[in-house]
Amino acid sequence: MLLNIVFLILRTAPSLRDSLYSSVELKINSSLEYSDLVENITTNLTFLAGCNPDQIYFIQMAVREIVTNAIQHGNRFDINKHVSIQYLFDRRSFEVQVRDQGAGFDYSHLPDPCDPANLMKSSGRGIFLVRSFMDDFSLRRIPEQGTEVRFMKRLQG
Amino acid sequence: MSIRAATRKVEGVNVVDLSGRITIGEGTVVLRDTVKTLQQKNERHILLNLADVSYIDSSGIGELVSSFTTFGSQGGKLKLLSLTKKVHDLLSITKLLTVFEVFDDEAKAIQSFRNA
Repeated sequence: MLLNIVFLILRTAPSLRDSLYSSVELKINSSLEYSDLVENITTNLTFLAGCNPDQIYFIQMAVREIVTNAIQHGNRFDINKHVSIQYLFDRRSFEVQVRDQGAGFDYSHLPDPCDPANLMKSSGRGIFLVRSFMDDFSLRRIPEQGTEVRFMKRLQG
Repeated sequence: MSIRAATRKVEGVNVVDLSGRITIGEGTVVLRDTVKTLQQKNERHILLNLADVSYIDSSGIGELVSSFTTFGSQGGKLKLLSLTKKVHDLLSITKLLTVFEVFDDEAKAIQSFRNA
């Protein structure tokens, strides 16, 4: 498999452990083949941020769900479109911003997967799970660019 | 390979030992194909053993639901065995523990198919 990561930008202080704030950007083509790679990078960054095992698990899960949505629903598996993932973290919080280049999606009317009418549906739980396990969640449509999803996990307090 | 599935028969119940990760792509396909194969053989009892399933994403949860629905529509029963805490919590928060019969003990799970 030819690796098509467009670029990985690491902007950190000289010592990640001592830095007040770190930023890492990742851009991938819209293929689920990169899911495991993104998860590995996410895991390593959560270690650097000092996350505990539960925080690592929830952040991994959230990144996987939102990146999968960006590839599948945002960019519709168009290999020529990118998904950008930006990680911003310090000792207090771990934030991720995921942006696709798709036509947009009306997230304001997502059905409640816990509603008895929706319980037996085979899809529609991804964003619900991310909202459940993250401390902050938002998404916005960027005109002519795509959709950006942002979520954050508090690490202390 | 993200997931492995091995089926064994115990007192007429097809116990499917799953190991690995049930995620979108290969994971969900393996689960779907395993249940479909048993359905095509006119099997009526499936017990999914999730003791060695380390991770499941929302697509994997969806595939569990789909398998339950499809198998049930043909008169079959699909139940779950040995959920890890993380998987248990996911099914709990999505209210799916109200849908699936879940067991911690294989013998009791097998017995439950006879009691139905």
